[in-house]
Amino acid sequence: MSKEKTARHGFEAPFHLAKRDDLKWWQAWLIRIAAIVVALLVVGVISMLLTKESFFKIYETMYRGAFGRLEKGSTVMLWIFLQRTAILLGLSLAVTPAFKMKFWNCGAEGQALAGGLASMICMIELGDKLPYPVLLLVILVSSMAAGALWGVIPAIFKAQYNTNETLFTLMMNYVATQIVKYYLYLEGGGSNKINPVSTGNLPIIADNEYLLNVIIVLVITVLMYVYLNYSKQGYEINVVGESRNTARYIGINIKKVIIRTMIISGAVCGVVGMLLVAGTDHSIDTNTVGGQGFTAIMVSWLGQFNPFVMVIMSALVIFLNMGSGKVTEACGLNSSFADIAVGIVILFVVGCEFFIRYSVKFRHSKKEVKA
Amino acid sequence: MISYIVRAILIGVPMLYGATGEIITEKSGHLNLGIPGIMYVGAIGGVTGAFIYENSCGNNIDNMNPFLAVCIPLLCSILGSILMGLIYSFFTVTLRANQNVTGLALTTFGIGLGNFLGGSLIKLIESDMPSISLGKTSSFFCTKLPFADDLGWFGELFLSFDFLTYLSIIIAIIASIVLSKTRVGLNLRAVGENPATADAAGINVTKYKYVATCIGSAIAGLGGLQYVMAYATGSWSNDAFGDRGWMAIALVIFALWKPHLAIFGAFLFGALFNANTYAKGLGVETQELFKMLPYVVTIIVLVFTSMRKKREHQPPASLGLSYFREER
Repeated sequence: MSKEKTARHGFEAPFHLAKRDDLKWWQAWLIRIAAIVVALLVVGVISMLLTKESFFKIYETMYRGAFGRLEKGSTVMLWIFLQRTAILLGLSLAVTPAFKMKFWNCGAEGQALAGGLASMICMIELGDKLPYPVLLLVILVSSMAAGALWGVIPAIFKAQYNTNETLFTLMMNYVATQIVKYYLYLEGGGSNKINPVSTGNLPIIADNEYLLNVIIVLVITVLMYVYLNYSKQGYEINVVGESRNTARYIGINIKKVIIRTMIISGAVCGVVGMLLVAGTDHSIDTNTVGGQGFTAIMVSWLGQFNPFVMVIMSALVIFLNMGSGKVTEACGLNSSFADIAVGIVILFVVGCEFFIRYSVKFRHSKKEVKA
Repeated sequence: MISYIVRAILIGVPMLYGATGEIITEKSGHLNLGIPGIMYVGAIGGVTGAFIYENSCGNNIDNMNPFLAVCIPLLCSILGSILMGLIYSFFTVTLRANQNVTGLALTTFGIGLGNFLGGSLIKLIESDMPSISLGKTSSFFCTKLPFADDLGWFGELFLSFDFLTYLSIIIAIIASIVLSKTRVGLNLRAVGENPATADAAGINVTKYKYVATCIGSAIAGLGGLQYVMAYATGSWSNDAFGDRGWMAIALVIFALWKPHLAIFGAFLFGALFNANTYAKGLGVETQELFKMLPYVVTIIVLVFTSMRKKREHQPPASLGLSYFREER
């Protein structure tokens, strides 16, 4: 056992760190859940200090904010909650294959916006020219293609020249935003916005405008789980992410894997963009994705790249977002408090990974400290 | 033309601060994506400090001490951004958390905090406008150098700025010299290139990473302060700072991790940022395409530097990786 700090400066730290890999999966999850609980308590205490409301009142308000008055049979808020969770989940799923091969796709925002813009253009230009089923197909294909295009450009340069993908994809977000702005002026004239379009909307099933979105994202969740865990391509992604040298050794074409994975990642973002534009807003503006592309990166990481865990994590983030939004509304605070709450929770969960990967061992005592 | 250049420089300065701070941080091997949030916190820190001081003087400019009026916001701003830097380095250095996720969470948190405090202050003064005006404090920040008005275009181009603008250039030059000419800079670069080797050479890796991140954050925070006090002449409104923080991170690449190049890069970015307002004949929709220029130029630079593969133009080798001594 070596030490975190040596006696180099005549000072011996009272503890040292050791890497551990003996933790069972349920112990790891216990730590994560504990971190989430602590984070929620911290958020509660901070809002309590700011609003001077009682502790339980805060949580009750948060619950109301996310789910509304369920006991009275009103499911409006619940469906908004599900819709927002579905969108965040979709984007998180989209960035996951890229993350698994250690390609930091920070461009989900731009890729979804590109997909959304493609659907918007199809809805406006082809809305009354094509029969409805064909139109839907064209919208789907074009938004997937637009998202994939936005994702594959950084991937090609990464594969070919090892260009830094974090910054490349970040910049692509802003290029997409500006193109949408350009289109808004072009189509909306001086008003700088497009009124909701009635052609080419996704069908409404069971009288619920959000149900189809939720179902599509759930299907993507299952497909993504199977793709990542049970397909050859998913395995290749895993190997490239774990070790490029191993991948090269066993004959995986790394460039091909990077480009192919980013096409998939971008295409799924494109689908989410389509859900937002054709399925929800029936219009587009620069805020359509609204920063969820960035939140998705964190959700994907918090979910440990497991699609089913990501369902829980995106629900948690949206719960916090809507819940603390309600708290601020009820108590006259500024609405940005929701961002602070989400930031705190994510920092806690990211920080708790430390206690999963390392154990802190105190000197002079043989007992291992439970983290 | 002169006023266009002056405007470009003023827009460029916050990005220069952000980029200089980020370069110092990245040289220690940490890609701090929290910079946009840190700049927000730096800005709101200054605003809060100035707000409290202005109110304690009864909103009367005669009661205000110029020295205090500058120093209080400055200190609050630096304090806020150093705190953010400490959070970032605690998570990424000590807890070895993923840098991208920590940085993005910090950006969410910082922008939220900025807008939260800003929104609360706006509510406090019960103003009709969604903004806070700190014109008096700003006037102390923007005190021009003597002779600025007497020397025509020369005075306007070189002497008319607030002191934070000059400070940004001085800091960038000092950072450049320290990084490339001193032992401290050499050690810092060693930490960023290969922490294990630096550790073996007896450099305290943890200390270097912490100090570099905190100094970098403090410098970046000043960018937020300059934006509020000089560019916006003391008025804060939520989300007005926009995506300048991300531009600062882009500028780091544009400047090839060299602070002195970032000076020119920042002014160029400022000019590109502003280009659309001087292309009036082109119509609004084309102007929006013009606003794409800084991002496209960054992408082109990013691609070219990675294609040429010159050693001195590359990012620090262990950028984005956390260091654990026992790992091989």
